[in-house]
Amino acid sequence: MTTSPDTRVLEAGVMMKAEGLAKSFVLHNQGGVRLDVFSGLDLEVGRGECLILAGPSGAGKSSLLRSLYANYKPQAGSVLVRHDNTVVDLCSAEPYEILEVRRRTLGYVSQFLRVIPRVPTIDLVVEPLTVRGVDPAEARERAGTLLARLRIPEALWGLPPATFSGGEQQRVNIAMTFVQDYPILLLDEPTASLDLENRRTVTDLIDEARRRGAAIVGIFHDAEVRAAVGTRSYDLTERKAA
Amino acid sequence: MSTVIPHPTASTATEATQARIEGYNFAYLDEQTKRMIRRAILKAVAVPGYQVPFGSREMPLPYGWGTGGIQVTAAVIGPDDTLKVIDQGADDTTNAVNIRRFFAKTAGVATTDRTVDASIIQTRHRIPETPLTEDQILVYQVPIPEPLRQLEPRESETRKMHALEEYGVMHVSLYEDIAKFGRITRSYNYPVRVNGRYVMAPSPIPKFDNPKMDRMPALQLFGAGREKRIYAVPPYTEVKSLDFEDHPFEVETWEENCALCGAGDSYLDEVIVDDQGTKMYVCSDSDYCRERREAGHVGDGGPNSGGPQ
Amino acid sequence: MSARDPLLQVRGLTHRYGRQVGCRDVSFDLHPGEVLGIVGESGSGKTTLLKCVSGQMQPSEGEVAYRTRDIGTVDVYGMTEARRRMLMRTDWGIVYQNARDGLRMKVSAGANVGERLMAIGERNYGHIRNEAVDWLERVEMDIGRIDDLPGTFSGGMQQRLQIARNLVTKPRLVFMDEPTSGLDVSVQARLLDLIRGLVGSLGIACVVVTHDLGVVRLLSHRLMVMKGGRVVEQGLTDQVLDDPQHPYTQLLVSSILPV
Repeated sequence: MTTSPDTRVLEAGVMMKAEGLAKSFVLHNQGGVRLDVFSGLDLEVGRGECLILAGPSGAGKSSLLRSLYANYKPQAGSVLVRHDNTVVDLCSAEPYEILEVRRRTLGYVSQFLRVIPRVPTIDLVVEPLTVRGVDPAEARERAGTLLARLRIPEALWGLPPATFSGGEQQRVNIAMTFVQDYPILLLDEPTASLDLENRRTVTDLIDEARRRGAAIVGIFHDAEVRAAVGTRSYDLTERKAA
Repeated sequence: MSTVIPHPTASTATEATQARIEGYNFAYLDEQTKRMIRRAILKAVAVPGYQVPFGSREMPLPYGWGTGGIQVTAAVIGPDDTLKVIDQGADDTTNAVNIRRFFAKTAGVATTDRTVDASIIQTRHRIPETPLTEDQILVYQVPIPEPLRQLEPRESETRKMHALEEYGVMHVSLYEDIAKFGRITRSYNYPVRVNGRYVMAPSPIPKFDNPKMDRMPALQLFGAGREKRIYAVPPYTEVKSLDFEDHPFEVETWEENCALCGAGDSYLDEVIVDDQGTKMYVCSDSDYCRERREAGHVGDGGPNSGGPQ
Repeated sequence: MSARDPLLQVRGLTHRYGRQVGCRDVSFDLHPGEVLGIVGESGSGKTTLLKCVSGQMQPSEGEVAYRTRDIGTVDVYGMTEARRRMLMRTDWGIVYQNARDGLRMKVSAGANVGERLMAIGERNYGHIRNEAVDWLERVEMDIGRIDDLPGTFSGGMQQRLQIARNLVTKPRLVFMDEPTSGLDVSVQARLLDLIRGLVGSLGIACVVVTHDLGVVRLLSHRLMVMKGGRVVEQGLTDQVLDDPQHPYTQLLVSSILPV
């Protein structure tokens, strides 16, 4: 059942490429209603690029982003990802391979914080590093620096984020991803519930990531943020399946 | 005030062969039953320490009084044998006296109190102090033959554990002793491993006697009547008491010597001799004690300076 | 053979109870360090499947193969029972829903942890004691209670003790049957975090059976959904939960009560 490493090649500089991607939902418990979100979708993003997904609400931006993360299962097509020296197709890879890609190559910031209850904030941010073998002391230092930069008061670090405000939870979520330097980042409205100051900090973080070479695909509600971080735009409106 | 005399010295000689009483089969059991038991014994000897099931019969005494030992003795005894029976080391306790009398009547065999004169010794709770020889058989009365029982109540599981040599749980019980008391406190029925294979319950003998089982020249047979099991240790078989590297097996020691014979190498019973709780220590093995006294050894007489005689 | 090769391979596993089918034609691979969740309602066959793959019950049909440390990949039901039981108490662990099934209730916490070591021939009390202390600490138990009987512990602590007892021989594969059900919600969360941390840091592969989708979301990498003895859907845990394809899975996911 083990799939061999995908032999398909990505052109130099391309980090992620979707080909012929289609996503639809069949709601079996609601009379089998079929919702077609998009189909025949091609997209690629290269090193140092920040691709903005554009389109009105309901155009399928989040569904696309989730499909690129293998959180949603596309009905057709492939999502090729440059992982170390190989290329992995997230649509056909084994779960453990996908998890390995997510662990080291593909970062994702969702709109909602979803973590184990009762785990202190600092531990949540430290964990992705220690899992990768970073020395715990160094991991803690890096996590602390990032949390401080995102204006999470140190007094809160020892507390689980469940009781935090929406904005604080959003920033913890961002910290959990940005604490390591992912080669590819998928961002779903990371600045949605942030005030101006914090929005600027996150904008800076995204831009720094892009400058160090990360390939970024993002959904940004805020036009100002789009202008600040985006290098290219991809409009889903015309991709919307009929 | 008079002192309790633990061991009478009179009437200890070997008694001559008695006339068998009429109407009973030799040694009470019928020949088919004895054969069946002998087959079980042969198997037990062939697989040292392994518990062989056998068809335990109703005996004319209740379970717990030595029905297993009696059936084994009945299966191995012959008209020329001389039988000794001890209970807690003594020949003169009710159980010992009655079992001896039982075989004197049903088999007409000679009986004795003297360890050296006996060809078969049936015992409850002790091994004689006098070393046994190749010409002797030691028959143990066993209440609970399964050493794993305390920790594993399921018979199907204990059998499997024996079959697969899964004996870690025995050390669990020893671990518990050390954790609670700082040392292994189990003082009787101390588990042994026979011939490097089966873990065996040596019956409730004091652990003082465990080293005597190791490479003993005499054949050792164990009978559990209620539990319907027979097991054996053939002559000169290794019998090792379980222990830990850093908590090795040790036997009991006493600061006192026997008050009667002065022995410092035997298992001592504590005897309360008056209403004030005065104690004296005497050999548990009454025959050993008597032999030593007959040879001229004298103890300090315990609390009464005049000595018990 | 590489570290990528599956640790456990299950092929065409079917188990019948008389005419009743417990589970039907189940196949999967489990890789080192991978946590597989099996969910389904009562009677869906998940516990039957767990028993069959964990060496506790021979399936009517099918194969369970395990890649050992020393002698390559073996057929779990083809090897001798002695060897299988040895495997089960050294390289495998089993955490039961009911602690009484997984613990010796009549001996202390320390002895419960030390038993596996004694079973594989450890005969140094001091060493066994130190290992017991170490593991009780790792499952965040009060070592002052090392000599207490399991019955005196709370449900959550009993589960921790079960985990310590299993992990002391550093198994590569642990089976868990509803490890957190029956516990208070607050205790569940701490226990889940502990399990996740230990499993992750030690690289242990796990098969976790539960009816609680919250448990698998937090614990498992991969998910199998069972219904009527069959696997109706399987895949990456968050994918199955967030984008369920099978009608039953959709029903299951949509049936979670909102908090």
